[in-house]
Amino acid sequence: MSEQADAMGAKGRPEREYRSAQREGDPVNVKPLLEVDGLRTHFFTKAGVVKAVDDVSFTLAAGEVLGLVGESGSGKSMTGYSLMGLIDPPGRIVGGSIRLRDSELTTLSAEGMRSLRGNRLAMIFQDPMMTLNPVLRVDRQMTEAILAHAKVSEREALARSREALVKVGIASPDERLMAYPHQFSGGMRQRVAIAIALLNRPDVIIADEPTTALDVTIQGQILYEVQKLSRELGTALIWITHDLSVIAGLADRICVMYAGRIVEQGTTEDVLTHPAHPYTQGLLDSVPSRNPPGERLRQIPGMTPSLLDVAPGCAFRERCTRATAICETMPDMLPAPRGGEGHAMRCHHPLAD
Amino acid sequence: MQTTDKPPLLELSAVSKRFVKPLDIAMQIGNLLGAHLREEVVHAVDGVDLSIMQGEVVGLVGESGCGKSTLGRLAIGLLPLSAGRRSWKGAPLDGLPAERARALQLKMQMIFQDPYASLNPRMRVIDIVGEAPVAHGLIHRRQQTEFVGLQLNRVGLDPTLMRRFPHQFSGGQRARIGIARALAVKPEFLVCDESVAALDVSIQAQVLNLFDDLQSALGLTYLFISHDLGVVQHISDRVLIMYLGRIVESGLTQQIFHAPNHPYTQALLAEVGKVEPKKRTFVPIKGEIPSPLAPPPGCHFHPRCPHVMDRCRVESPPLVEIAPARMSACWLNATAG
Repeated sequence: MSEQADAMGAKGRPEREYRSAQREGDPVNVKPLLEVDGLRTHFFTKAGVVKAVDDVSFTLAAGEVLGLVGESGSGKSMTGYSLMGLIDPPGRIVGGSIRLRDSELTTLSAEGMRSLRGNRLAMIFQDPMMTLNPVLRVDRQMTEAILAHAKVSEREALARSREALVKVGIASPDERLMAYPHQFSGGMRQRVAIAIALLNRPDVIIADEPTTALDVTIQGQILYEVQKLSRELGTALIWITHDLSVIAGLADRICVMYAGRIVEQGTTEDVLTHPAHPYTQGLLDSVPSRNPPGERLRQIPGMTPSLLDVAPGCAFRERCTRATAICETMPDMLPAPRGGEGHAMRCHHPLAD
Repeated sequence: MQTTDKPPLLELSAVSKRFVKPLDIAMQIGNLLGAHLREEVVHAVDGVDLSIMQGEVVGLVGESGCGKSTLGRLAIGLLPLSAGRRSWKGAPLDGLPAERARALQLKMQMIFQDPYASLNPRMRVIDIVGEAPVAHGLIHRRQQTEFVGLQLNRVGLDPTLMRRFPHQFSGGQRARIGIARALAVKPEFLVCDESVAALDVSIQAQVLNLFDDLQSALGLTYLFISHDLGVVQHISDRVLIMYLGRIVESGLTQQIFHAPNHPYTQALLAEVGKVEPKKRTFVPIKGEIPSPLAPPPGCHFHPRCPHVMDRCRVESPPLVEIAPARMSACWLNATAG
């Protein structure tokens, strides 16, 4: 593994083995770190083709936090799994490209993907009890992730594991390394999972609802650590969630997904203050704290459609108050009528008051 | 709401719940040989007073493990009390003849958290909703189809779906089935234990509106248990904040959300996410909720409290009235007043 000059050293403290944006001599900020273009992940089931991810495109720059928002079944987790190459049959990436720096991930061999996963791309899952192996001590689980990707001694790997635990705010790391996952509380387990994701200083971390199972006070702690880490290490983050309040305070940009497609994207500011897509507006209106207490919530009628045999056209039209005949054709991703640069949406009748 | 001279619909006085893990045979032998093993006791609920007036919506907030679900179960008699008394409309609920106790039990129902786990996957909706009213003699079996149809209509489900099984419904629809089941025996008091926590935002809004509609239509009283402060603020008239088995603060929703008194409430409210597109720095409350097996002495919150004093470490603060209808358990109030 080649050690490149530490380009970000001036910004943060010099980090050992720090992989900066200038790895392999790339000029900084000319190209985004991660480019997803027209990604399609379909599942071929007996009942038909489920288009879990359908024509999804976005980019991610180094150090950026991208919020991927949607309800269950909107394809947000499947987008994350597709990036990680974790789609199992009957699912398959059927089109589009995922470029991480200069490498195309969709055509990469299983072996090539394996060397990237956990190394340059890491994922944090929702349920930390499912990600950690219950019969292995934490030290083993952590050093394993290092030894799989780097030629270092076990002692060195252990030292780095300890360092990672300190970084995510775990007190008495030496004892904790010797413990089993069941000896940790939910919040602590999630910290361990985050520490494992950080071990190899990945370029991109994909976090799939990592705080949903946690209490608000613990969620606050985890968000605090994650925010600090992405600032200090320059790691880009894709934060998948259904909770708009988390994303509002954390993300730089937001992609709103509905029925396998991105229906709106833009900066957090633009999307939350000037939503253009009726679905985004409906989601924002459904949040109880945005409604006057005691009054009826402004709800979206109906429910999310099945992804099996989605009718052509806008998938939201059945629930949309603004839908007309033209909505039976799929709207293109167009710049939003109000809002700033990069604010785009997929709607024939965007909100533009 | 109600005049104050009327007795509360449900009153709990000084209720406690202890879960005891007895010594197994090996431990008992160990003790005979000189080991000092003790039974493990969890004080899930520790001397809680609670009175709920008819037509009121009371929110119960706390982190996981604080005993809020246990309190909900104690309230409707799903769990026996370790200490304390319950009364219904002024009359004691304990030691009633079995028949009377059963009739009163129907007046209190629960809506559970997980719409997937709380419906029997092998029963059809018509049996899930219609079994209890038939068993309790509220309706005759011949009336069941018609009755279940009415119940489903009321919660916004298509009655033609009543022959289906739970797996054929979405999460939001299952939540509605759970509500229909609870309402089928004509209760007056409902405990909603995290009933919207598992639902998506847009579906959650629909179900919260349904709770609202049912309350005005049927004059229901709710104890609404949730960890989501936004939801509680929206639906409740009054809020109780619970920490490690004790109520630490209570008051009208407005009061609590505008001027939280207890440091724990203040910290909780600081964590409420607001959907404002402002990069904010998350400032966490330190530490985690301690194990109820070994709660800290004195005020349970003191290891995490920013205002901790010496007194907090030894003496537990009582829940005292700091303003009309407003209670808080913190020594800061004693020094300030």
